[in-house]
Amino acid sequence: MDVTRLLKPRKLLVPGLLFVLLIFLVTFPFYGLPVYYVVLFFTFFLFAILAMSWAMFSGPTGYMSLATAVFLGVGIYTTTILYSFVKRDILSTLPVDALQPVVTVFLIGAVAAGGLVSFIFALLIGLVTLRLKGVYFTIFTFGLIVFVMQLVLFLEIHITGTRGRSLILPGTGAPLAGTTTIYYIMLGILIATVVTAYFIRRSRLGLAMQCIGGNEEAAAHMGVDTTRVKVLSFAISAAFMGAVGAIMAPRLTYIDPGIAFNMLYSFMPVLMAVFGGMGKLYGPVIGAVIFTYLQRTLMTELPQYYMLTFGIILIICVLFLPGGLVGLIPTLRSRLGRLTVKLRKGREARQHANT
Amino acid sequence: MTETILRVLIYGLLSGGIYALISMGLNLQYGVARVLNIAHGEFIMVAAFLTYTLYIGLGINPLLSAAISGPLLFALAFAIHRTLFKSLRTRAPSQGAFEGNSLLAAFGLLFVIQSVATLIWGTHVRAYTYLNVGVDFAGTTYTANRLVAFGVALGVSAVFYFFVTRSRLGKAIRAAAQDPATAGLMGVNINQVLALGFGLGALLASLAGLLISMYNTLTTGMGLPYTVIALIVIVLGGLGSIPGSLIAGLIIGITGEIVATLWDPSLSVVVYYGIFLLLLLLRPAGILGKR
Repeated sequence: MDVTRLLKPRKLLVPGLLFVLLIFLVTFPFYGLPVYYVVLFFTFFLFAILAMSWAMFSGPTGYMSLATAVFLGVGIYTTTILYSFVKRDILSTLPVDALQPVVTVFLIGAVAAGGLVSFIFALLIGLVTLRLKGVYFTIFTFGLIVFVMQLVLFLEIHITGTRGRSLILPGTGAPLAGTTTIYYIMLGILIATVVTAYFIRRSRLGLAMQCIGGNEEAAAHMGVDTTRVKVLSFAISAAFMGAVGAIMAPRLTYIDPGIAFNMLYSFMPVLMAVFGGMGKLYGPVIGAVIFTYLQRTLMTELPQYYMLTFGIILIICVLFLPGGLVGLIPTLRSRLGRLTVKLRKGREARQHANT
Repeated sequence: MTETILRVLIYGLLSGGIYALISMGLNLQYGVARVLNIAHGEFIMVAAFLTYTLYIGLGINPLLSAAISGPLLFALAFAIHRTLFKSLRTRAPSQGAFEGNSLLAAFGLLFVIQSVATLIWGTHVRAYTYLNVGVDFAGTTYTANRLVAFGVALGVSAVFYFFVTRSRLGKAIRAAAQDPATAGLMGVNINQVLALGFGLGALLASLAGLLISMYNTLTTGMGLPYTVIALIVIVLGGLGSIPGSLIAGLIIGITGEIVATLWDPSLSVVVYYGIFLLLLLLRPAGILGKR
């Protein structure tokens, strides 16, 4: 085998850049920057995971899901409920110094549990609702947020007798995890999401999803088990939403149904993925980073204009940027190509004139 | 016992009439213009605040202010369709793509309208009293404003139904709903009619908003729950069916009232969804609509 072919610079460019980025992200908390930046970065991660996992299912299949907030909330409640058991039976017996490591291990377990619970929940929902076509599916998932929120609220009030629960360490009353812990766990989920999204796009499942998005009936006739593909991919995307919800819980410290099932978390990933563009894997990530940054600055500078700006950007995007930001790349590239051709021709013409 | 049942039924009908009015508007917008207008509730909210401002500021009777808020919101929606949704329609490669894009654009509208309203009217809870007198009927006292609201809602629904089924313009609207391309070939000015359908939907929303403002408190976030109810109602009643929306609206209203009386008001939405799911499992063909 020719080794030099493997070492071609163009082939190494993307993995190399990714590697550098990864190293940067892993070492980021040690740069001694203010906590604000660590929080900003894991908020990037949070929305990048949500936007990517949303685009994983809704992008290729064309089924627009607004259930993101539901799965996120399921994850949040998974941690919260698990913690109430752990707190009573295990944590109260431990010495104070041993608390933090145990809680960290617990949180990693909760992330896995949140993903699993969301996955199963999405399987059940998917089996019932993915028979719905197009807009009906969107209507259903939209109402699902209100439904689950009211149901949880009702159960909390009438069965557990609380409205909200708090997630703090016994004794000290400190939050369950520091920003650095949350940062690394979120980074781990992000990497898992990127890897899964990458492999799904190239797998049979991904191709089947694109078939369904193109023409569902034709896909069914070609032998794609459409229900299975839709339900499975819906559940896989929900698993990441649940996992990230599970680690969002300790950041929130106080949880009630209104906080856990917030509709904004359904809308934002859609907005980010559409803005960034779903034609490329990194499109939703770009959208997530830009919007999270916008959100952070607008929230502090001009809180009243924050939703207004989002609305206007969304409308402009739908009207003028059908492929999102990454959809601009081919256009720009061809313009650039034409420009260089023109320049070269001009130079040749000039040389011609000189001779 | 009979008194309680009667009371629950009447209260259910009172809410149901309003739900029916709202749902007919949304049904028209989706049935004709193919825009699943998630911002429908925002038109309700704007109309409610306009009515409030006109009544408190200028002393205009809430019912008469329909002459101002109605045309205003109709014109707004008409203009939005002629610019935003028309250009989406001409650019979209397929019907499905248009529906998806217009849904996203409607989300944008929701954010824009809601935040502009918050900039104008603030985040306070507003209310005014109008016709807040008791009317005794079958052993229970109802406030006159709710009865008037119900009556007006039914009246408007009837007028609207006859407009769509009997008038020439109504026929054009129904033709456009069935098949825009063919309707266009038959001499229907399709862009005009689609925008008209969208505008009429907003007009119905504005009337509903006016009626709601007579007996409910107002916040700029009040629109979305009404949109959710309207969505459930049109799925229950069937897409494009005006009588379906009316009946389903009343059913949802009564169901909500029964649940609120027997268990808990917060469970109403849960039960609406239960009905929705049950119907979905038992009669999926009825819900899949036109296919």
